[in-house]
Amino acid sequence: MQLTVNGVAHELDVEADMPLLWVLRDELGITGPKYGCGIAQCGACTVHVDGQAVRACQVAAGDVWGEITTIEGLGTPRSLHTVQAAWIAHQVAQCGYCQSGQIMQAAALLAENPDPTDAEIDEALSGNLCRCGTYPRIRAAVKTAAAMLREG
Amino acid sequence: MSRIGRPARRSFLIGSAAVAGGVAFGYYRYRQPLPNPLLEGLAEGEAALTPFVRIDAQGVTLITPRADMGQGASSIQAYLLAEGLDLDPLTVRLDPGDPSPAYYNGAVLAEGLPFAATDTGWLAETARAAADVPARLMGMQITGGSSTVPDMFDRLRHAGAVARETLKEAAAQQTGIARDRLGTDDGAVILPDGQRLPYGALAARAATLEPVTDAIPRPASAWRYLGKRVQRTDIVAKSTGTETYGIDLALDGMLYASVRTNPGLGGAVNGYDASAAEAMRGVLKVVPVTGGVGVIADNTWRAFRAVNAIAIDWGAPGYPASSDQIWPALRAAMTAGNRDSRFRDEGDVENALFEGEAIAAEYRVPYLAHAPLEPMNATVRVTDSRADIWTGTQIPRFVQTHAARLTGLDEAAVHVHALPMGGSFGRRLEDDYVLQAVELAMAVKGRPVKMTWTREEDMTHDFPRPAQIARGRGTVREGRVEALDLSVVGQSVSASWLGRVMVAPPGPDTTIVAGAWDQPFAIPHYRVTGYRAPEMVPVSSWRSVGASANGFFHDCFLDELIHAAGADPLEERLRLCADPLSRKVLEAAAEMSGWSGPRISETRARGVAFCLSFGVPMAEVVEISRTEAGIRIDKVYAACEIGRVLDPDNFEAQVAGGILFGLGHAMNCELSYADHAPEQANFDSYPGMRLSQAPQIEVRGLENGDRIRGIGEPGVPPAAPALANAIFALTGQRIRELPLNRHVTFA
Ligand code: FES
Ligand code: FES
Repeated sequence: MQLTVNGVAHELDVEADMPLLWVLRDELGITGPKYGCGIAQCGACTVHVDGQAVRACQVAAGDVWGEITTIEGLGTPRSLHTVQAAWIAHQVAQCGYCQSGQIMQAAALLAENPDPTDAEIDEALSGNLCRCGTYPRIRAAVKTAAAMLREG
Repeated sequence: MSRIGRPARRSFLIGSAAVAGGVAFGYYRYRQPLPNPLLEGLAEGEAALTPFVRIDAQGVTLITPRADMGQGASSIQAYLLAEGLDLDPLTVRLDPGDPSPAYYNGAVLAEGLPFAATDTGWLAETARAAADVPARLMGMQITGGSSTVPDMFDRLRHAGAVARETLKEAAAQQTGIARDRLGTDDGAVILPDGQRLPYGALAARAATLEPVTDAIPRPASAWRYLGKRVQRTDIVAKSTGTETYGIDLALDGMLYASVRTNPGLGGAVNGYDASAAEAMRGVLKVVPVTGGVGVIADNTWRAFRAVNAIAIDWGAPGYPASSDQIWPALRAAMTAGNRDSRFRDEGDVENALFEGEAIAAEYRVPYLAHAPLEPMNATVRVTDSRADIWTGTQIPRFVQTHAARLTGLDEAAVHVHALPMGGSFGRRLEDDYVLQAVELAMAVKGRPVKMTWTREEDMTHDFPRPAQIARGRGTVREGRVEALDLSVVGQSVSASWLGRVMVAPPGPDTTIVAGAWDQPFAIPHYRVTGYRAPEMVPVSSWRSVGASANGFFHDCFLDELIHAAGADPLEERLRLCADPLSRKVLEAAAEMSGWSGPRISETRARGVAFCLSFGVPMAEVVEISRTEAGIRIDKVYAACEIGRVLDPDNFEAQVAGGILFGLGHAMNCELSYADHAPEQANFDSYPGMRLSQAPQIEVRGLENGDRIRGIGEPGVPPAAPALANAIFALTGQRIRELPLNRHVTFA
């Protein structure tokens, strides 16, 4: 089977029902997406498929319908995506383990809705669990990122 | 001045060593300098100026031996060293270093002593100073107890300054200019003419010198990084998916594995059938491990699938099977024979209760899982001559000792490579998961094996925060609290944990009553008694340890008495508070929240709570409102005293994170037991807190005290009682058990 991840095409020989998360992590060595629950409860595994935020632990490799972007493809330390820059400015991360997923979820939200209300932010990100309690800074960083994106 | 009763001298026992052990072990040995582990294996031209600074021609590496689990330990250690050394830590390499006795924690044992933090009398101070002795002698390298900053504040700034002065001495010898005419700036020695000699260029010469040990760290007035808003050293990696946690490690030829062990912790394996698993794609080997079975495969998901396909016949462990049996067993343990401590006994409690009209209430809190978001994992390679272990751990030296025992190798042949942790909250003070990975790796010698737990394995094989029950009795008179008598029963965390990693200590366990007995209130008749329940589910330290339960018991029951007295919750706490630093904290919380009584409006109310833990007095005010969807937490104000705020940004993050940790579990979480195992196995039934429930938080750090404190834990204990007290103010309902969602609905 073929998967395109962060612009690179990969030929893979895996079971069709292997979750995309484990294809990325263990077959392709792309470890930005994290394993937290495996049952769509934590959002640590969030990636984009054709720009849409999905839980990689819930998508079977055989069912992937488009190009995959992981946090590594969103931006890099040398070339940050706006959401990542806002995350750094607010120093959101504590342990940081949930943050790949939080950032991917936030980036998808802002791509669709450049000026979300508090309620819309809460709604979009409440599936992303943070055990360290970084929520107040997540809210602030989403707003900063939204403002930065609107200003271009 | 302290009114707290003096414990008997024989009870100063921590770990397996008496604190007075300086004499027993020999003061001479204690005084001997610890060997610098960096000197081993140093290459030509490299210098290890202290155990914390390594320099070669490429530049500086700072050694940050306290483990980072998200609390910012690496970053603050780097900034402490950098402040002494005079360089920007964002421009140098950081390394947790190899486990070594040189990195022992001299502050962590002091918390276990039976002295309240407010007690600065001779005996308390002597015992605190002496607690350094066994820690040093045993080389206890532990991260926990909010001790990194108290332990490292002087040590690392001094280590940095020693390195700086030694580099200046090297420059002096190289240039012939006297050391006292040289300066430093951001990673270079500065000559009188302004010329810069980078530290890296001085390494070869510095390596030949004796370290200049009379170096003096920069005074606070000249600090460049400390006390200022700085960038966390790991923030870019953690915002770009490029931080390598234990679970992310990749090594050549690495295999992937998972295990299942008895969900009845400690129970036997009567037998298993792995034939289905063995036939599955990618499965290399099925390996029995202590208490269960593991699968080694070529992919983590294949290992998960295969290990779940093994039919296992579990034996029963030695504790009651269900919560229905555990609660009565706990309650029944509150007997004179099980009395563990009475560190506080003032006035005449019995007489006061006899003469007044006694108010009585029973409280309880459930077992709780740590459930850091990164599940337990470890990567291990074992050969005939050495073992390498890559993992996130708070106890690298214990890991080394235990792995040596298991493999039959010398401790020196066991190499622990510490990796950043995706949370811990105390979970990685245990090394059960690491030793399982060692057992697996021994079955495929020479190949590295990365073992990862499923979330279900993680949640059901935690060593949880113990369930506890408390009984409060008290009286009020003329609008004042007159007597407070609190009895707490619980399993001993110290005995359970130390029994696993070392040896269970004799003497009372302060964690059973921590956060209750040591509070800075002057109540005329005041008593706190701890009872030790028999070991049931094995338990361990959960962020803020004993205070996580006792903060709730003590403050909520105090709130009940204050209400019965007809006094204002904040004013009466202030009136009772005998510690000036704690009073300022309560005053700050009152001012921040605009306190004007518990009721704000028909639909809004607030609660206040106070708890002194890990030396930090913390007051929190929680504001809630009634909405159609249920009770909503709008805002939390928190004030605390920590001596000095070293990193304002991370300080705020740790307090806020602690508050949300305390609130989320108080609202929504418990581990209940059936068939010896928790009924909650994943975040669907153990949700913590989600973004939509998170309130706004305002934090203030006071700097009136002369002692520097750690802040990873003290935010937790007042959160649950402040919320429960607010719910009482709003609804008139006094909830005496957690989680609160058993009794109210949250929006
Ligand atoms: S791992 Fe996919 S949602 Fe938790
Ligand atoms: S930062 Fe640790 S789980 Fe979110």
